[in-house]
Amino acid sequence: MNDDSIWDWERAWEVLPDLLAGLWVTIQITVLGMIIASVLGLFIALAMRTPSKWLTTPLKFLVDFIRMTPVLVQLVFVYLLLTAVPGYVVGFVVLGVHYATYMSEVYRAGIEAVPKGQWEAATALNMSKGRTWRAVILPQAIRNTLPGLGNYAISMFKETPFLFAISVTEMYKAGQDYGANTFSYIEALTMVGLLFLAVSYPTSLLVRRMEIRLA
Amino acid sequence: MTDDIQELIDRLPALGDAVLVTLEMTLGGALLAIVIAVVLGFGSRTQSLWVRGPSRVIVEFFRGTSLVVQLFWLFYVLPVFGFKMEALAVAIVALGLNYGAYASEVVRGSIASVPQGQWEAATALNMTWFHKVRRVIFPQAWALMIPMLANLLIQLVKGSALAYYITLQDVNFWTVELRRATADTFFSYTAGLIVYFIIAYLLTWGMNILEERAKRRLGRGTRPTLRETFSLKPPTNPRLANTQMPAGGGAA
Repeated sequence: MNDDSIWDWERAWEVLPDLLAGLWVTIQITVLGMIIASVLGLFIALAMRTPSKWLTTPLKFLVDFIRMTPVLVQLVFVYLLLTAVPGYVVGFVVLGVHYATYMSEVYRAGIEAVPKGQWEAATALNMSKGRTWRAVILPQAIRNTLPGLGNYAISMFKETPFLFAISVTEMYKAGQDYGANTFSYIEALTMVGLLFLAVSYPTSLLVRRMEIRLA
Repeated sequence: MTDDIQELIDRLPALGDAVLVTLEMTLGGALLAIVIAVVLGFGSRTQSLWVRGPSRVIVEFFRGTSLVVQLFWLFYVLPVFGFKMEALAVAIVALGLNYGAYASEVVRGSIASVPQGQWEAATALNMTWFHKVRRVIFPQAWALMIPMLANLLIQLVKGSALAYYITLQDVNFWTVELRRATADTFFSYTAGLIVYFIIAYLLTWGMNILEERAKRRLGRGTRPTLRETFSLKPPTNPRLANTQMPAGGGAA
């Protein structure tokens, strides 16, 4: 250990390749998770609009239950339950399902924001129900949901470190492993934090711009 | 299954302690967060670059670096600099800083949503800045921000599950111990998740009451208070006159 300073630049450079490899895993999980979240979220939002109480009541309870309980505990739960499935897969599926419950609210708001006149116009043109959704409602609704999607993608990116609990070597775990091996956490953990900031801050600026342009 | 339930009953006292730890983190974190949020929220609105700049940097820093990293940084790295905190304090500080940064955006946005005329009217009445904010602006912004703060509070409860990994014996810890004792993953984790769900549900309920109260103070309440409901006197509030006396020709 360097005697005269706490921070050691050499060590900071040494850990960087590990962290970048972890960052790549983190990004993969975020992208895969967001794909699940945006597809499943849309299906949840559509299912909630059916008039049948037998479907919507249990679904609403399930969605609330997933949304209001810690994703960390859910991750460990599923990981321990499905021992045959690798942690990587459990990670993006559980994160995806958890965020689908958030995304369903974004879609619901997006669908409700489509003016009523659009529905009436589609009916007046004698469009079938499926065609109305595909050609009229969803294109407008999804445009409304893009900023929400971006914000949740950033938020999921920052929650991927929870995957350390199911031993997936994403960026945080890579830093922690390095710290555990060298008994020095300072460089590794600080670099992890800065890398998170370096990715999430520019992305959040982009999302904010998109929000202003779409508004 | 009956063994599992017996084990669960035996561990109910431990559950009480665990819930207490989770609630301590939640309330401590939430209190710290709201103080930080108000300070940084107003700080981000000032004209002076010397206040606004640092406020923005702090907010973006704590929003941008993940909660997990912040918590473990405070736990592993801060002692290197000579600050040794108890694990509970580490958890409260990390949760408070992280969610305080998120909440400061809520505070900033809500204050910006209060119509400009309210500021002008308060200025016309010769109120001091502090008086304006306390009596006119903040009560209106508060009613707007509660639903978003309620969401963040639930996020905070969920984030507190992380504290198990810095040696705290919270509900997550209790769940792990229950699993160790019963060797039944499905049973123990379902029980743990239900405990978290109940905590989050009660907090949401509490926040709804707060929202209703805040709205009523602005004369925008949607439901009569309990006192109004059971009151023997006819409602004096014109808002309730219609709803409570439909037959009485309540044309008010």
